[in-house]
Amino acid sequence: MSTTTTARRTHRHLLSSADLDRGQVRAILDTAAEMHGVQQREVKKLPTLRGRTVVNLFFEDSTRTRSSFEIAGKWLSADVINISGKGSSTSKGESLRDTVLTVAAMGVDALVIRHHASGAAQQVSQWVDAHVVNAGDGTHEHPTQALLDAYTMERRLGDLEGRHVAIVGDLTHSRVVRSNLITLRTLGARVTLVAPPTLMPSGIGAWAAAEGFALSNDFDAVLPTADAVMMLRVQRERMSGGFFPTPREYTVGYGLTRPRLDVLMAANPDAVICHPGPMNRGLEISPDAADAASSLVLDQVSAGVAVRMSVLYHLLAGGEGEDS
Amino acid sequence: MASLLVTGANLLGRGATDLLVEDGVITEVGSIRSAKGADVLDADGLVALPGLVDLHTHLREPGREDAETIASGAAAAAVGGFTAVLAMANTNPVTDTAEAAERILDLGRATGLVDVVPVGAVTKGLAGEELAELGLMHRSRARTTFFSDDGKCVHNARVMRRALEYVRAFGGVVSQHAQDPHLAGPQACAHEGELSGRLGLPGWPGIAEESIVARDVMLARHIGSRVHVAHVSTAGTVEVVRWAKAQGIDVTAEVTPHHLVLTTDLLAGYDPTFKVNPPLRPQEDVDALRAALADGTIDAVATDHAPHARHDKEHAFVDAAFGMLGLETALSVVSDVMVRGGLLDWAGVARVMSQSPARIAGLAAHGSTLSVGDAAHLTLVDPAAEVTVDRGASLSLSRNNPWHGRTLQGAVHATVFGGRVTAQKGALA
Ligand SMILES: [Zn+2]
Repeated sequence: MSTTTTARRTHRHLLSSADLDRGQVRAILDTAAEMHGVQQREVKKLPTLRGRTVVNLFFEDSTRTRSSFEIAGKWLSADVINISGKGSSTSKGESLRDTVLTVAAMGVDALVIRHHASGAAQQVSQWVDAHVVNAGDGTHEHPTQALLDAYTMERRLGDLEGRHVAIVGDLTHSRVVRSNLITLRTLGARVTLVAPPTLMPSGIGAWAAAEGFALSNDFDAVLPTADAVMMLRVQRERMSGGFFPTPREYTVGYGLTRPRLDVLMAANPDAVICHPGPMNRGLEISPDAADAASSLVLDQVSAGVAVRMSVLYHLLAGGEGEDS
Repeated sequence: MASLLVTGANLLGRGATDLLVEDGVITEVGSIRSAKGADVLDADGLVALPGLVDLHTHLREPGREDAETIASGAAAAAVGGFTAVLAMANTNPVTDTAEAAERILDLGRATGLVDVVPVGAVTKGLAGEELAELGLMHRSRARTTFFSDDGKCVHNARVMRRALEYVRAFGGVVSQHAQDPHLAGPQACAHEGELSGRLGLPGWPGIAEESIVARDVMLARHIGSRVHVAHVSTAGTVEVVRWAKAQGIDVTAEVTPHHLVLTTDLLAGYDPTFKVNPPLRPQEDVDALRAALADGTIDAVATDHAPHARHDKEHAFVDAAFGMLGLETALSVVSDVMVRGGLLDWAGVARVMSQSPARIAGLAAHGSTLSVGDAAHLTLVDPAAEVTVDRGASLSLSRNNPWHGRTLQGAVHATVFGGRVTAQKGALA
């Protein structure tokens, strides 16, 4: 594989999308494209991370993300081990620090962490020597998801500079939106966040003003100017949490329904639709939209492996300082 | 009994004064030439305050003696300049019976370092439903007059009303941990604002405190009872308390040292050392709290000393225990921010850290004006000393110290409890 993509490794970890400047995002996406090429081959293995050990330490179930990291590591010839952490342990039993120190003591090169608590990956990175990749922390971030979303959108839309991306749904509880917001802004896209007021994160007005993205409670007003519409999953447990009156009302206000799909396509035939999955068909996205030609849902999944290969490569291959 | 001569102390702004203590009582104040057989404590350049009183201390005994015991907490208190601490009721078991209160009283007495005053729970098991045996705790040897479900809010308005009515009969007071559990959800752990939104931490909005305080002062007015607001954390609460006092409502309030200095920005690194309840707030709230302490709207500084074993803090932020240490650093923090900052003089510090809390808790032997006949509970402060806080040097069994590495101006030089020097220069005497 070519190593002309030379992200400056100013970070030993990938904890937040904010860790990556535009050059680094570019390098990861370019390498991902090469990795994606490898995926089409009959023999998919690269020897790049032979002898390296990557542990997927998942304190929260996510078959999709875990499998994606697992395959990515294996295709780079790393030894990949999956460990599922215990469920939520509050002030009892083993501490998070003890758990990760125990795992790290086995001689691990990279820890891929998924945790129900915001900030967990960042905390872990302060306790261990291994490279830490945040595979989703609470309602905070999911940086590899944002990278794969950007990668997928670029493949259809080309350069995202100046493109308009609408992210729609439960913004408060979404780790995807925080990372996407950062990465899309890093790449120069215009972003509008759309949600009912009850699902907007606190203080988002000041945040939007500081970082130059837009907010709306009116999906229909935003829709016609979007180049990409990213629908967020509505967690079942939020439906009874008083965030909105009924699923029906949510769909009417914020679902990508068949009529909205028609409006989008009429306004912009090249527009694309993303969803990080798993989808609630009929709630936040209609089956028509999910299966439309403009839907990138399956492309997102397949890009996930390539992007994660690229991330592991940039963090682990060669060692510190080799990529100057 | 041995006598003690304290020489040259600046007595609450009265200039260099000597002070003789005999049998635990101040017997002479002024220019004292000699006192035969007395131990001499040279206090030249030091400020003498009445012994500090903490309205809000969590000792973890019974139940979590690995985090703190009454003995270790008393030692930390003595080193921090305290001569009385109110031990919050949220132990395991909860201090909700006369027997439990008396046991804490006795364990405190056995330390000989500080008066440990048990706080009674307002409701059985802190469950917020049925009143604890408030009257029996008051009739016990502990003479409990100060009640709190701290750690939890008495959020049911009817229960709060009954508690205020019931304790009025014997001059009791309810200290409220104001936190509407519906406005601050079960996982609330960070000031609700832009930063919590970005960090993805469950928000604890100021309104959850303010709305309960507003309700409680109206209940106190309705009933003609006393209510105390624990750890005020927002400018909005200050406004409510200021209004209530102006109406003549019998309300008092306390602020912690950490809410006078530390801000919510410290959460950016997800360090659970800074996880506290109520949470650290933005600078505007900090500024309002300082002003309110200076102008008397907030009556007292209280530490909310909350020791935790290391493994209870080494979790992800939302899973880690709430609380930070405070006994050993409180005076230095108040000195640094309020005195050096020109907001309080030393007489003001005596008021907010000794006299007002003693009055609120009904501790007649504490919070004196350092006059002849007063119990000899003293704190000698070196206003010029710079201390760099080292969490490793603590006498507490825990290390969750948010001040670690900070340099503060002003330090406790010595503590005198009942005429006996209990601590000097950061160590037990
Ligand atoms: Zn409290």
